[in-house]
Order: sequence, then structure tokens, then C-alpha cells
Amino acid sequence: MNAGVSLTSREEIEVHQFSWVVSIGIPILAVFFQVFLRIRFLTVLDLPLLVTIFFAVARRRPIPGMITGALIGTLQDAWTGHPIGLFGIAKTIIGYLGSSLGVKLDVDNPGSRFLMTFAFVIIHRFIYMGINTMLVGGSEAWNWGYTLLSALANALAAVVLFSLLDKFKLRN
Amino acid sequence: MENFFVRYKNPLVLMAVLFIQVVVLATQVKRQENARAATSGGNTRLIRVWSVNAFTPVEKALVSTGHFFRDSWHNYADLRGIRKQNRELQDEVSRLQMEQVRLKQDADQARRLQALLDFKEQSIAKTVAAQVIGTSGTEQSRVIYIDKGKRAGIKVDMPVITPDGIVGKIKDVFDYSSQVLLINDHDSGAGVILEKTRLQGIVKGTSIGELQVNDIMADENVEPGEQVVTSGGDRIYPKGLAVGTVSSSVPDHDNDPFLIIKIKPAADLRRLEEVLVITEVSEKTPTVTAGATSVRAADILAQRLPSVPKQEDPKAAGTTAGAPKAGASPTPADKAKNAAPGGTEQKKETASAGTGAPKPATPAGTAATPASAKPSTSGNAGANPAIQKASTSVSATGSNSAAASKPGSDSKKPAGTGQSAASNAGINGTATPTPTPKPKTTQPKKKAPASPDAAQSDTNAAGQSEATPTPAAGEKPPQ
Repeated sequence: MNAGVSLTSREEIEVHQFSWVVSIGIPILAVFFQVFLRIRFLTVLDLPLLVTIFFAVARRRPIPGMITGALIGTLQDAWTGHPIGLFGIAKTIIGYLGSSLGVKLDVDNPGSRFLMTFAFVIIHRFIYMGINTMLVGGSEAWNWGYTLLSALANALAAVVLFSLLDKFKLRN
Repeated sequence: MENFFVRYKNPLVLMAVLFIQVVVLATQVKRQENARAATSGGNTRLIRVWSVNAFTPVEKALVSTGHFFRDSWHNYADLRGIRKQNRELQDEVSRLQMEQVRLKQDADQARRLQALLDFKEQSIAKTVAAQVIGTSGTEQSRVIYIDKGKRAGIKVDMPVITPDGIVGKIKDVFDYSSQVLLINDHDSGAGVILEKTRLQGIVKGTSIGELQVNDIMADENVEPGEQVVTSGGDRIYPKGLAVGTVSSSVPDHDNDPFLIIKIKPAADLRRLEEVLVITEVSEKTPTVTAGATSVRAADILAQRLPSVPKQEDPKAAGTTAGAPKAGASPTPADKAKNAAPGGTEQKKETASAGTGAPKPATPAGTAATPASAKPSTSGNAGANPAIQKASTSVSATGSNSAAASKPGSDSKKPAGTGQSAASNAGINGTATPTPTPKPKTTQPKKKAPASPDAAQSDTNAAGQSEATPTPAAGEKPPQ
């Protein structure tokens, strides 16, 4: 970690670790809730994306972050009717960006979490749409209203969810 | 060089991971194209199978537990207000019985015409009920998961419906579960017909989960509220299943000569819990059942007139009038009851003539004579001039709006010359035919209660044709 270019304090750039149960269980639970809790507003939320962002920024290491994103995204892809890889690619990039950002910014602050998640949801959707249109030949239209609503809802949810997930951090 | 890899390790790993995923994606897209041609569902990825099979048992258990508690609560809650609901349901049953009779006649006619033209009709032969256990969890992919798979005989491309309308088709099948592509997914499509205008098109899902038909020319008149049903042209959905109703129809400015017709789905695709998978569709030429019991809505309506005293137990009345059982051969008594006198017969006569299948005339042997003491057989007014006369005279008193104006004018003519008794009653006894008979309530004040005619009046109004010995043919009915 290069503290010289970081905007965070020493404590803030601490690399958090999680037990393997949490590392595996939380992403699976997120996908499970997303798929099986057939609640209307959950389709606006993207719990797997929130979990990806959380682990990425908490670990602050790009490679684990992107691998986490790739695995969660692929698992999520398995439940859609689309080819597998759409969410996988999108979440890989988000995982990478999240962990890179986590090194440079204070991402434990609720305000920054809100803004970061808001931006990541839009980026995630943009990547997803791009891959879907260019690689898969999908014809889904970009919907700004839905995207912004989704970003707002996810950002709000992230503030709550991240504070809950903070409890699983193993501090050295 | 080594420094390069160390320095750019993270971006390089990122590119490697992305490259692998893109390759995997490309493979699937290519295979999907092949799989579409083969229609085998062979494009199912192993990760998908693993994920679905791993999660499905847990979800099944959770859904079952949830349903148990919910059903227990609902069972308790449903008991409250059940009496009121029961009354409402009985009213509904009465209404539906009459509706059923009308529809049955329409269906009979359609069947006869189909048989005449040697048309094949599709019918759902076998379905498998399934419970919805999951969704894709995203708005980008509208799929659901059901708890029946290969083991239950589910195959790819089988249609999935609810009693309200179509839901989608099976996209992937696993051992104990299946993935259903909803009709409002943007990859979905189904051949449809607009019920009133008979326009054919293809309904497709949009990216925001709406149903849309956009291959109909703009000069067609499509109005909101029109029903849309499947056309059967896609070889997936059987013909005639409800798809939805037209919610709006506007010109497509991007695709100029065409309309954008938005459809409101008949099935509530957001709240699916139980669905039916059509596993077998049979195709056959309709058969015409000759001599099937025909009951008219007017008979049922007449039975429910408030002034009509109950003369037989409700079960018998229901069997006779409201609920003709398929395959049950009508008894002479039933036939006699069906041949209600007065204006209600006119419609029947007209319908019979129109469809070319007149009801066989009741044999003279079953007709009542003045000496006959058995009331149920005397309802065949056409076969017995005396009774016919009596009934028409009663009708003229106002107990039946579509009744004869000249009592007894031709009533001496015997019936049964190849024309139905009902027809005779309608032709002979009626001067002013009305297309839709509206039975009025009887006016007992004008009649002596003990009068045979009065009794006849009531029974005629009720459509029961309950017999009371009437004067012989040619005699004037007692005033």
C-alpha cells in the first residue's frame, strides 16, 4: 500500500479479512435471497452487486476483489435466462474498481459508501448493457429512470447492509 | 520484463479473467444458435445445473413451510364471513349456469360446423401442476423456476399456463426443476389472434416487461379492451388460450405503417405461485353428439322466478334445468320439461332451425293426455293440443311475455310430424315472436288459486310444465 497517494488514514487502509464461512456464505446468501425471495423491490436491488462491492473495498486487494466479483456474478448468471458471463464480467470489473478505490478513499464512511455504490450500480449496468448489446446481440434499451432508481435504492441499501457486514470483519 | 508483470499484475490479471469469461460467453452464444436449431436445450451450462440443483431442495423446503403456515392462517381467516361468501357464490353459480347453457349451445354449434368442415381442434390433454420456487432475481431476465423437472415429464418448449392465461414456456429442464421463460421477457414470443378483429400477430416482451404486438398495420381498428388469445401458429401454445387484453394501440412512429399494441397479460406474471405445464396436446376432429340434452337459459331463469312455488326438490330442479350432465340420456320427463311452452320455445325453434339440428320431437307416447295423472309428462305442450291450448291461453294472460295472442287457434293440430314439439308450440301458439324471451312474474291475483289454468300458469312461467289435467282439445279454458 502506498500511503503517499492514499487519501485515507493508516487505519482506513487496513486490509480487512473475513472468515471463510463469511466469504463463502454471504455471497451465496445474497444470490439466494435475490433469486428466491420473490419480493418485488428485490429486483430493483442487486444484493450480489452490493456484496461484491463490500468485499472488494474491504479487502482492498484488486485480485481477490475481481475474483470475488467473477464468482458471484457467474453464480448469479446461472439463474438468469441469459448466457453465463454477463453478470460475471460486469461484477469482475466492479470488483476490481471497488478494491482499487478502497485503497485510495475512505470507504467506511456512510456518505462515501452511498456515493460509491450509486456510481458502481450505474457503471455495472452500463457494462452489463454493453456486453449484452455488443457480445450477445441483446436488444435491451437503456432506461435512465430505472437505472437511477435502481442506483438510488441500492445506494441506500448499501449503507445499511455494509454496516451490518462490518460486524463480520476480522480485525488484527 | 519481469518488472512489467509485477507492476501491472492487477490489470493483467483483470484482463486474463475477463478474457476467459468473454471466451466462455462467446462459446455459449455460438452454441445457443446451434441449440435453437436442434431445440434440445443442450445449451445448459454445468454451472447452471449445479446452482439450480443445489438451491432447489432448500427452496422447496422453504416454500412448503411458508405455504403451510400461510394456508393454516388463511384457513382460519376464510371461515370468517363464509356465509356471505356462500350466498354470493350461489348467486354466481346461478349466473354461470345460465351462461354455461348459452355457451354450450354456441360450442355445440361450433363443433357441428367444425365437424362439417373437417377441422381439427386442439385440446389440452395432460398438464402437470407445478409450484413457482424462484426467479432470476433481475429485471433483465424474466424467468421463473418451478419445482417440476425431467422426472415429472417436463420438456423444453412446453407451454406453461395458469387458469387466467399463458405464462411462458419451458426453457431449461433439470432433474427436479425447470426454468420457465416468461411471456414478457424480451426473448419471448407467441402467435396471437385479436379475438374481435381476428387479426394475427406475434406478441413479444419488451425490456421493461410489457407485452407488445407490433406487426399489425396502422389502418386496422384495434381498440383497448379487446381480448387476445393464442393462435396456435407458433406450435408451442395451443390455440385459444388467453393471453391478455389490449391496453393501448398507438401508431409506431419508428416503424411507420404499423401499430404498437400493448397487451395487459391475463395471468398476473408478477405474482405467480402455481402454474400448469401442458405436457400433452391432443388434436382431433370434433364429434357431434346427436340428441344431447339441451337446456335453455330461459328455463333456468324461469325456474328462479320469485313467484314460482317450489314443486320439487332443488336437486332435481338443478339436474333438470341448470346442470345437464354430459352423456346423460334425457328421460321422457326431462324432455317434456325442456319443451316448455310459450314464447321461450320460439328461441329454441329458431336456434334449432338455424343450426340444422332440431331437437327430436317427443314421441306421442310420452305426451300427456287429459287423463294422464302424471304431471311430469304433460309438459309436452306441442304433443297435446289441449295442453298447448291451455298453456297458450295462460300465456295470453300475461304470465309469459312471449306467449300466444290467439289461444287455441291452431292448437288442435297434432304435433310430431318431424318438427319438434317446441317448434309447434312456438309456431302455433305465438303471434309475435320475440328473440329474447323475458319471462314475467305471474299475476296470481287475476286467477283463482284452484283453477287448473292458474296452476298451469305458474308452472309454465317456471318452465316446468307441471301438468294439471286440462280440458280436452277444443274446449274453452275456464275463465
